[in-house]
Amino acid sequence: MITTEQQIIDRELISILEQVADPEIPVLSIMEMGVVRSAILENKIVKVAITPTYSGCPAMDVIGDDIQKALLDAGYTSEIKLILAPAWTTDWITQKGRKALQDYGIAAPLDPIADKEALLDQKRIVRCTNCGSQNTKLVSQFGSTACKALFKCDDCQEPFDYFKCLK
Amino acid sequence: MKEYLYKYILGIADNSLILGQRLGELCGHGPSLEIDIACTNISLDLFGQSRSYYQYAATIKGGNTTEDDIAFLRKEREYLNLLLVEQPNRNFAHTMARQFLFDHFHLLLLKELEKSTDFTLSAIAKKSIKEVSYHARFSSDWIKRLGNGTAISHDKIQIAIDSLWTYTDELFHQTEADKTMVSEGIGVDVTKFKEIYLQKVSDIITEATLKTPETTWFQKGGKQGVHTEHLGYLLSDLQYMQRTYPNMEW
Repeated sequence: MITTEQQIIDRELISILEQVADPEIPVLSIMEMGVVRSAILENKIVKVAITPTYSGCPAMDVIGDDIQKALLDAGYTSEIKLILAPAWTTDWITQKGRKALQDYGIAAPLDPIADKEALLDQKRIVRCTNCGSQNTKLVSQFGSTACKALFKCDDCQEPFDYFKCLK
Repeated sequence: MKEYLYKYILGIADNSLILGQRLGELCGHGPSLEIDIACTNISLDLFGQSRSYYQYAATIKGGNTTEDDIAFLRKEREYLNLLLVEQPNRNFAHTMARQFLFDHFHLLLLKELEKSTDFTLSAIAKKSIKEVSYHARFSSDWIKRLGNGTAISHDKIQIAIDSLWTYTDELFHQTEADKTMVSEGIGVDVTKFKEIYLQKVSDIITEATLKTPETTWFQKGGKQGVHTEHLGYLLSDLQYMQRTYPNMEW
């Protein structure tokens, strides 16, 4: 297993990897999600290390295949390796990624207890992606995928996803 | 030594697999859509974790062993999960009480396992802590809601906690493999956090206006592979595809 505290990605590969979308949140690239931890060209083979957002994330196999295909289209053969350490955190989602999430209708992660406070009727800080109101409440800590919680806006009445904070 | 490490990993992994299977049974059958999704999300986390452990266990076992062989092709007596996690869903109170009693143990276990000298186990633990924190929050909230809810929900969750309490002492039992792994700095000494666990769990039970059971008779055996009758039925479901169509793949 490789341990990479920081990302190490060869400059020439960045633009290729940025084209690979997250299969479950197609507006985000896997680079913006922080899933790619390293991509290094060695002896004509690109060695890519990816890390799952959640242990049971069913998208990892697809992400691996998509990376291999994108690299192949650009003329590179590659090897994909799944690493667990250091564990993925929502801090690795880039600013651009957070913006894309918001525009897509998924509230970007705030702090680790934002959803708990919403449930217990304390501070309401998660902003509705539809109308921008902070008058929102947690419907369920587990949403349509492992990484999201389900919220509802008490002003516009629309439900929306909140990307759970993982630190 | 290798055999002990293998068994030690299974002891942890099997809890995730079997509880994941139990929660997965609720897929499409949850009491409400949100809870249905929540339970299957937790199930998915647990399957993901057990996969990481089994992949590691397969490398230790060596030969042609794969993660799937370990997950699907063992006999009932070879599963080393706690009796608690194989208990049936019965009603929603039982499902939440089982989850609650396991989650707090699971979290304390992982927080110790994170310090393991074994790099892979430590990495899996670090990853899992983030997920299990959500599980513990979810189940604890439901204990409080049901306890503070109606007279009926209050009674049902109390009955569920009372009937599952008999399986809680086993959480802190140690097998030969456990003890050996503790002495190697790989495994976790579960006896160290028994008091913390009991305090944490009974604090939440009290907050939920419920009573912590005073049971003194406890069940045991899961860690030695001696299970309640429920596991056999669960495995017949879990193993169906691999037994019916040997070596099938997706």
